[in-house]
Amino acid sequence: MSQPFPASPQVPVLALGDILLVTLQGELHDGMAEQLQQDLTHRIAASSVTGVVIDISGVEIVDSFLGRVLAEIASTAGLLAARTVLAGMRPAVAITLVELGLTLPGLVTALDVDRAMELLSPREA
Amino acid sequence: MPASGQASATSLPIGSDADLAWVRQQVRQCAAQLGFGLVQQTKVVTAASELARNTLVHGGGGRVEITPLDDGRTRGLRMRFTDEGPGIRDLDLAMTDGWTSGGGLGLGLSGAKRLVHEFAVDTEPGRGTTVTAVAWVTPVPSSRTGVG
Ligand SMILES: Nc1ncnc2c1ncn2[C@@H]1O[C@H](COP(=O)(O)OP(=O)(O)OP(=O)(O)O)[C@@H](O)[C@H]1O
Ligand SMILES: [Mg+2]
Repeated sequence: MSQPFPASPQVPVLALGDILLVTLQGELHDGMAEQLQQDLTHRIAASSVTGVVIDISGVEIVDSFLGRVLAEIASTAGLLAARTVLAGMRPAVAITLVELGLTLPGLVTALDVDRAMELLSPREA
Repeated sequence: MPASGQASATSLPIGSDADLAWVRQQVRQCAAQLGFGLVQQTKVVTAASELARNTLVHGGGGRVEITPLDDGRTRGLRMRFTDEGPGIRDLDLAMTDGWTSGGGLGLGLSGAKRLVHEFAVDTEPGRGTTVTAVAWVTPVPSSRTGVG
C-alpha cells in the first residue's frame, strides 16, 4: 500500500435494479463503517430501493463495533421499507461471533450473494 | 509466566481508527507466524480489536505490546493494552455481558475474555487500565494461570 490510510475511503455500493449491493473488503476503519451507514440510509430514503445485500465474504473479522453497525443498517433499512441480507460470512467469523456473544438476531443471512439476491427478488405468482 | 525471552515484543500506539486497523494487521501476522490456525487467528484478532478499541474510546488512547511466547511445549501470543485514562470503577460490572457505560453493546471485555486463554485486567480509577490477554496455539490445561 503506497498510501496507507486515505482520508475517507469509500465502500463500493452498486445498484442492481431495486437492490443495493454493498461489498465490504479487508480492513474496514470505524469511520468508513459509520460513513457507509449514513450513505446507505440516504440512498434508501431517496430511491425505490427494496433490498440491501451486504457481501462480507472478504471480511476477515467482525467485532462488536462492526456487528453493531451492520445490525443498525438492517434495522434502519427496515424502517425505510427495505430488507437487508448479510451474505457470505466466513466460517471462522461465525464461530468467533458466537463466542464473542454477538449472534446478530434479526439479521437475515445467506451463504453467498446469489442466494441473497434470490431471497430479495419478488416471487412470480 | 513460564514464557521467557525469545523473539522480541512489538509496541504499537493506539490513537486513531487507523491505529486499530494496524494493530489488527500486526496481531494477525504475528499469530499466523506462530502457527495459529485460521479460527484461532480470527479469535485473537477479534479480541485485539475489542481491547484496542476500549483503549482508544474509553481509555483516551494508549499502547499495545505484542509478545510472542514459547513455554517449551507450545507457542503463544501475549497482548498487553495500556492506557492512562479514567480506569474502571466497577470491574465486575464492566465484565458483565451487555453492560456498557456508553452506547456500545457491552460485549468487548467479556467477549474478548472468552476468545483467549488467559485474561487479566489491572485498573485503578484515575490512574488507567492495563488489560493482558494470552492465547496459546493449542488449548492448554487450566494449570497455566497468572498473566505477566
Ligand atoms: N480501557 C478502559 N478504560 C476505561 N473504561 C473501560 C476500558 N475498557 C472498558 N471500560 C469500561 O467497561 C465497559 C464495558 O466495556 P466493553 O468493551 O465490554 O463494552 P463497550 O466498550 O461499552 O461496548 P462494545 O460492546 O462496543 O465494546 C465500558 O463501557 C467502559 O465503561
Ligand atoms: Mg468495548
